[in-house]
Amino acid sequence: MREKTWTEIPIGGAIEEAGNADAYETGSWRTYRPLWNEETCIHCLRCWVACPDSSILISEGKMTGIDLEHCKGCGICAFECPVDPKAIEMKLETDVKNG
Amino acid sequence: MSRRLILTGNDAAAEAMRQIDPDVVAAFPITPQTELMHKFAEHVADGEVKAELVLVESEHSAMSATVGAAAAGARSMTATSANGLALMWEIVYIAASYRLPIVMPVVNRALSGPINIHCDHSDTMGCRDTGWIQLYSENAQEVYDNILQAIRIAESPEVLLPVMVTFDGFIISHTAEVLEALEDDIVTKWVGEYDPKYTLLDTDNPMTFGPLDLQDYYFEHKRQQMEAMREAPAAVKKIGKLYGEISGRQYELIERYQLDDAEFVVVALGSTCGTAKVVIDELRAQGKKVGLLKIRCFRPFPETEIAEAIKNAKAIAVLDRSVSFGAPGGPVHKEIKAALFGTGSTAGLVNYVYGLGGRDISMDHIKQTFADLETIADSGTPTDSLRFLGLRE
Repeated sequence: MREKTWTEIPIGGAIEEAGNADAYETGSWRTYRPLWNEETCIHCLRCWVACPDSSILISEGKMTGIDLEHCKGCGICAFECPVDPKAIEMKLETDVKNG
Repeated sequence: MSRRLILTGNDAAAEAMRQIDPDVVAAFPITPQTELMHKFAEHVADGEVKAELVLVESEHSAMSATVGAAAAGARSMTATSANGLALMWEIVYIAASYRLPIVMPVVNRALSGPINIHCDHSDTMGCRDTGWIQLYSENAQEVYDNILQAIRIAESPEVLLPVMVTFDGFIISHTAEVLEALEDDIVTKWVGEYDPKYTLLDTDNPMTFGPLDLQDYYFEHKRQQMEAMREAPAAVKKIGKLYGEISGRQYELIERYQLDDAEFVVVALGSTCGTAKVVIDELRAQGKKVGLLKIRCFRPFPETEIAEAIKNAKAIAVLDRSVSFGAPGGPVHKEIKAALFGTGSTAGLVNYVYGLGGRDISMDHIKQTFADLETIADSGTPTDSLRFLGLRE
């Protein structure tokens, strides 16, 4: 996304467009990445309720994945997951990236 | 038709606020501002204004509530002095950064410590870089006039910056003077209906104020503020002229008192200008070419106009009612010196710090200053460029 000049943006830091935080990718700060196991997931959607960044993706009442562009890796979803073994597991980003 | 009233500076400010009738006023009392807000609270209690008066628990909250109300789209005001201004400083900076056209009378008082309730300019000079426009007033008439103009300046679409109207604590705030006030209906028409650029209460167009602004856009927002300050002088002059049409009293960025052919010039702000004018009249009657440069608008600093006004002087004394600790001179002196750079001025320039903590400045002090300037002009640039008036040495 091209960054705008000082003459192109609203004054005072005002944001005129509602909901445009969606365009701001905050997932790059993440230390831990949530890994979803579709096979053990019971689609209770506790993670969807608890996620502070609306990063649990759902469709027709079922979980379909995790929005990693906005997930900051807080781990609340994994903590709340009620099944054993957990359907969401937190792993260090570096470990995931290094395989 | 105007009304002739006998009012203190504080009451003149409260009268202007009564006539403006802002949507929201949030305030906390501090000497010498207390009587201003006391008077305005009476207007509220007597049902003479519709303003929502929010009595908060500190000045930090006063400015926070004012910012909140302004962001909601309300015409919002507050007033303070000295330590109160210092306590609200964080939000003072935010008010300007959010481009909220708040108007705030500040009754000048020395900052503690040691604690002192009397006049100097350390409070408003301390926040000269917060992004607020600053208008300094010479007397109660100017307090009244400046507040009425400040509303229009702040709300000018090309400006949208908050404005501080300052006046000297006790010397102006507690001294009764005769002044001319406008009729209520004229002021109502003058300030007009406030049409905010943004309002948080517009649910059809929801928006955000004050989001996180990091390396990517903060710099651009500061550049916008600088541009608004560059637009402000034209707005101050235009509104000063329009105000002249309804009041008979026209205002500019600076006032040139006997300055056209002046060889010896005093530069001052606030009530001291009145004292200097009396001295100048006396010295002019003796044939001395003396004059005063009064700075009404200190922020933005009208550098070009000031340089033009004083570049031909033989010697200039800049009177500072505050100290910029560790700097080469007081805040006014430094800017005058910078304004003269490149003009070819060979004037002897001397800085007088005076009046700290309410120490009186007399006509004799100013006479002495002009006498010093003659000596300086004869001998060239003074070696002691920082002097004091009224200090026991």
